[in-house]
Amino acid sequence: MGILLLVPILAPLAAAALAAVLGWRRLSAWVTILAALSVLITAAVLGFGIESGVRFGVGDLLRVDSLGVTMLLVIGTVGTLATWASIGYIDAELAHRHTDQRGAHLYGVLLPVFLAAMALAVLANNIGVMWAAIEATTVATAFLVGHRRTRGALEASWKYVVICSVGIALAFLGTVLLYFASLHAGASSGQALDLDVLLSRAARLDPDVTRLAAGLLLLGYGAKVGLVPFHTWVADAQSQAPAPVSALMSGVLEAVAFCTLLRVKSVVDLSLGTGFLRTGLLTVGLLTLLVAASMLVVQKDFKRMLAYSSMENMGLIAIAASAGTRLAIAAILLHVLAHGIGKSLVFLAAGQLQAAHDSTAIRDVTGVLTRSRLIGASFAVGLAVLVGLPPFAMFASELSISRALAGAHLAWALGAALPLMVIAFAALVRHGTRMLLGPPDASSPAIAVPRSIAAALLTAVILSVALGMTAGPLTDLFHTAATQLGASH
Amino acid sequence: MTEATYTGALDLAAGAFLLTAVLIVWRRELSAIVRLLAWQGAALAVLPIIEGIYQREPAPIVVGVVVLLLRAVVLPILLARAVGTEDQERRESTPLVNTTASLLITAGLTVLAYAVTQPIIALDRSPTTRALPAVFAVILIAVFVMVSRRRALSQAVGFLMLDNSITATAFLITAGVPLIVELGASLDVLFAVFVLGLLTSHMRVAFGGTDLDQLRELRD
Repeated sequence: MGILLLVPILAPLAAAALAAVLGWRRLSAWVTILAALSVLITAAVLGFGIESGVRFGVGDLLRVDSLGVTMLLVIGTVGTLATWASIGYIDAELAHRHTDQRGAHLYGVLLPVFLAAMALAVLANNIGVMWAAIEATTVATAFLVGHRRTRGALEASWKYVVICSVGIALAFLGTVLLYFASLHAGASSGQALDLDVLLSRAARLDPDVTRLAAGLLLLGYGAKVGLVPFHTWVADAQSQAPAPVSALMSGVLEAVAFCTLLRVKSVVDLSLGTGFLRTGLLTVGLLTLLVAASMLVVQKDFKRMLAYSSMENMGLIAIAASAGTRLAIAAILLHVLAHGIGKSLVFLAAGQLQAAHDSTAIRDVTGVLTRSRLIGASFAVGLAVLVGLPPFAMFASELSISRALAGAHLAWALGAALPLMVIAFAALVRHGTRMLLGPPDASSPAIAVPRSIAAALLTAVILSVALGMTAGPLTDLFHTAATQLGASH
Repeated sequence: MTEATYTGALDLAAGAFLLTAVLIVWRRELSAIVRLLAWQGAALAVLPIIEGIYQREPAPIVVGVVVLLLRAVVLPILLARAVGTEDQERRESTPLVNTTASLLITAGLTVLAYAVTQPIIALDRSPTTRALPAVFAVILIAVFVMVSRRRALSQAVGFLMLDNSITATAFLITAGVPLIVELGASLDVLFAVFVLGLLTSHMRVAFGGTDLDQLRELRD
C-alpha cells in the first residue's frame, strides 16, 4: 500500500520526462493529463479506509492522512482540468506567435513538475522536505509565469521568485529553529523533523524558541499562500501567467501552502496553546481581506481581479483557521476544493477572453454572454461560486465558517470580516455583470473556444454544481481530517 | 584540537562570515560583490569542517566540502556570468541609501541580532550556539541588501546571503539539518540562482538593462 503514495509524485515526473524527450506533442500532453488524473484516482483509493488512521510509505518519508487525501483531491481535480485546457491554450499561443516551439516544450515539462512538487509537499512526513517541495514549486513556476517573455511577464516572474524565495527562506529558518527545539526535546536527529515525532513531543518543545519558529513559519508560508505582508506577487504573477497555470497557482498552490501551515499549527498549538497562532492568523487574515477588498473595488484588469479574489478567499480561510474547531477545519477544506474548481472556471474563461481581445482590461470586454454562451456561462458560474451564491459549495462553507467563528467566541472577527466580504462581493458582481451583460460592441472580436478548453470548462461546471448539491462522502473525509489535526469540538 | 582552539576557530569563521556581509554592503562594484559572496561561502563551509575535525567525525567534513563547492564556486560562477559587460551594468546604480547610512544600519541590525537570539542561546550554551548572533545578523543584513539595492543582480546576491546565513544558523545550532533536507534545500537554491540568472539576461534583452526601477509595468 505504501508504494501507492509514490504515484502522485512519480506519475507527473514521468510525464515531465516524456515531455522533455518528445517536446510539445499531443501524446505527451495526454500523458500529462493521465498523470494528473492518476493523482485524483490515488486520492480516491486512499480515501477509502483512511479512517483506520495515518499511512506511511517509503520507510517513513511519506505520510498521508485525511488532510493529505483532500489536498491530493484538489491537486488531481484542478490539475486534470488545467492540463486538459493546456492543449488548447498552447496551440492558440503557438498560432498567435505569443510563444514558439521551445516555449511550448518548456511549458510541457514544467507543468507536470509543478504538479509533482505540490504532491510531494502534501505527502512529505518531514517538514523540512515539505519546505523543499514548496520552494521547488517556486522554481518550477518561475518560467511558467514569465512564459510570454513580455516585459510585464518578466517583471511578474522576477518579483514572484524574489518575494516567494525570501518568504520561504524565513520558513526555512523557522523549520531550523523547530528542529533545534525538537532535538532539545529528546528527538533523534534523523527524525526530529518528522510530523509524527514533532506531534508526540510537542508538549516538551521549548516555548520561546517555538514561538520564534511559529512566527517565521507563519510569515514564510504565508508568502506562498498570498497573505500579508508578502502578498504583492499574487496579482502580478496570476495576471501574467498562462490561464491554466493561474488556475493552478490560485486554486491549488496557495491551498497547498496553507495546508502546510495547518500542519505546523497542529504542532505549535500543542506546544504553545491555541492563542499564539490564533492572534497571528487573525491579524494576517483580516489584513489580507482588507487589502483584497479594497483592490477589488478599484480594479480595472479582470485577471488581477481574479487574483485579488484568491487573496480574499485565502484571508478568509486564515481567519477560519484561527477558530481551529472541527467545524472550521472541515469548512476550510470544502472551501478550498470549491474555490479550486471555481477558480479553474474563471481563469480558463478569462484566458480565452484575453486571447480574443488581446487585453485584460475590464472596459475592453462586454456582452460576453451573448457572444459566447460557453465562455459567458462558465465565467458566470465561476463568479457565482466564488462570491458564495447558493446553491454552490462556497455558500455552505462560508456559512459554516461564520458558525465556527461565532462558536469559538470570535464573533468580533466575523463582524470585522463580513463588511469586507460584502465589499468584495459587490465589486466582483459589478465588474462581472459589466463584462457578461453589457451591450456587445459591434466591433467585438469573436471568442474562440478550442475543444479541450470547452471540455475542461464543461467538466468544471458539472463538478461545481455537483459539489454544491452534495459533498457526499467528502463530508466524512473533511471531518476526519479535522479530527486528525487535533481540532477541538 | 583543544576546546580553546575549537571555540576560537568557530568564532573566527563566524566573524569572517559577518565581515563579508558588511563588505558587501560597503562595495558597489558588482564583480567585487560576487567575489565577496564566494568568500562568504567559504567561511560558511569552514563551520561544519571545524565541527568535524573537533568531533573526529567524517560526515560533517564531507558536508563542508560539498558546501564549499556549491557556495564558494558554483553559485558565484553562475552569478558572475550574469554580470553584464557594459560599463553601466557593472556597478550598482546610485543607491537608495548611501554607504555611510547603510553601514550604520548594518551595525544596528547586528545589535538587534544579539537581542533576537537570546531565547536560542538560553536553551543551549555550547560554543557553537554562542557564535549564533554573528550569523543571525547576516540574515537581517541580507534582507536589508535586498530592499535597498536597485540592480537585479544585487538582489540575487542578497537572496544568496540570506540563504547562506540560514544554512550557517542550522550548522551552528543543530549541526546542520538532516541530510535529505540539506539536499533538497541546496538543489532549490541552485535552481533558484539559475532561474534568477536567466531572468536577468532576459530582462537585459527586454528592458535594455537590469535596473529594477524599470519594473513598473504592473500596478493597480
